Amino acid sequence: MKRVVITGMGIYSCIGTNLDEVAKSLYEGKSGIGIDPMRIEYGYRSPLTGIVERPLQIKELLNRRLRICLAEQGEYAYIATLEAMKNAGIDMDYFENNEVGIFYGNDSSAKAVIDAHTIAMEKKDTTLIGSGAIFQSMNSTVTMNLSTILKLKGVNMTISAACASGSHAVGLGMMFIRNGMQDMVICGGAQETNYLSMGSFDGISAFSTRIDEPTKASRPFDANRDGLVPSGGAATLILEEYEHAVKRGANIIAEVIGYGFSSNGANISQPSDSGSMIAMERALKDSNLMAKDIDYINAHATSTPQGDTFEAIALDKLFSSSFPMISSTKSMTGHECWMAGASEVIYSVLMMQNSFVAPNINFETPDEASKNLNIVAQTKEKNIDIFLSNSFGFGGTNSALVIKKIK
Amino acid sequence: MTRKEIIEIVNEFLIEEIEIENSDLSEEALLNEDLGIDSLDFVDIVVIVERNFGFKIKPEEMANVKTLGQFYDYIEEKLK
Repeated sequence: MKRVVITGMGIYSCIGTNLDEVAKSLYEGKSGIGIDPMRIEYGYRSPLTGIVERPLQIKELLNRRLRICLAEQGEYAYIATLEAMKNAGIDMDYFENNEVGIFYGNDSSAKAVIDAHTIAMEKKDTTLIGSGAIFQSMNSTVTMNLSTILKLKGVNMTISAACASGSHAVGLGMMFIRNGMQDMVICGGAQETNYLSMGSFDGISAFSTRIDEPTKASRPFDANRDGLVPSGGAATLILEEYEHAVKRGANIIAEVIGYGFSSNGANISQPSDSGSMIAMERALKDSNLMAKDIDYINAHATSTPQGDTFEAIALDKLFSSSFPMISSTKSMTGHECWMAGASEVIYSVLMMQNSFVAPNINFETPDEASKNLNIVAQTKEKNIDIFLSNSFGFGGTNSALVIKKIK
Repeated sequence: MTRKEIIEIVNEFLIEEIEIENSDLSEEALLNEDLGIDSLDFVDIVVIVERNFGFKIKPEEMANVKTLGQFYDYIEEKLK
């Protein structure tokens, strides 16, 4: 079985649009949450969202044909991938001469679908929708576009697994490399943030309505949490076979040593402590580790009353004796949904590289379940050798990843 | 609308929206071979023409339109 390492990372998020900015925000406990006026006009229950600016440099970087096929989240993914490529020391020539794959998490492209529908309804003529809409509309829009822009020749598909999409994408990329099927895979997750994309999610009262205090709205594990705050952007990790990375003199950032998954086999929206435990236990077993070996856990915790409780119960059952530091970076970023599983690996690697644990901001009052956990409310200086990152999604899909420092 | 006005509008959207070089725009230029307008680009040109001139291009009417000059002619004819 081959070893799998991370040799490149790139991030575009509401707490920064490159690795340095994001590392600084994580250390400072900076929130990226604000108000989207369009959501108020549209009839949202909560206008709170991660504030992510569109990358203006896209126009200089891509020609018209490539640009008009790219949805909002695809733009974020492209910019994050350029940073990851730079980080990994690879360029377009590399893709020309080597077979590189892509697994990217994405589970909607609502704006393109709705815009196309609006034109068709008004004009009664589908030709007038234009040529870019179809390539923006499909769930696979991110991999479809990145593989075309970058001229990739390896495995090429989108992973749609709700809020665990990005995590499963990394897990599957790891499996393909571990089994010798690919030497390098671009993995990640992308999430659109436009007002059209989250209306139905808002409609089920999943979002926090702490509108008067946007930066305090996302408060995972806190007793006074009242829902999640949607967010987005994109995160790219370049996974590579270890020997391959050594041979080309790549900068080896960390090793992906475990992937665990499970399905709750239960309710569509309600999480499960037992289901998430199976994913975590499987990731530990895959890593040949015990619970005590984990230095830090980046929790899935989204700030919903129910979800955080089930995760806290599961974490307590598995880690009560070793009591590792835990934080949910969603307290700062909001819930990056399809992107979260990939971005949270990057956030945790940044902590690992800089020897700190980013705070679970707004954790002020523990509740019955979270009082048993070692939740870090303030930034802590801490050496992290191994961390676990959890991601859970609607339909009961669970994913857990274990990442180890390279020494 | 005069032919001159039509040419100005068409050239402007070909440069601004389809990103064709100004220097490539001549009456003799072949839409596909010289200007690189493919079938997907043409879908967007249909959209832009509808927006600027208020009519929908019918593909069957474009059968003999090969050059940019013939495209100006076609629009001029449709607007009469």
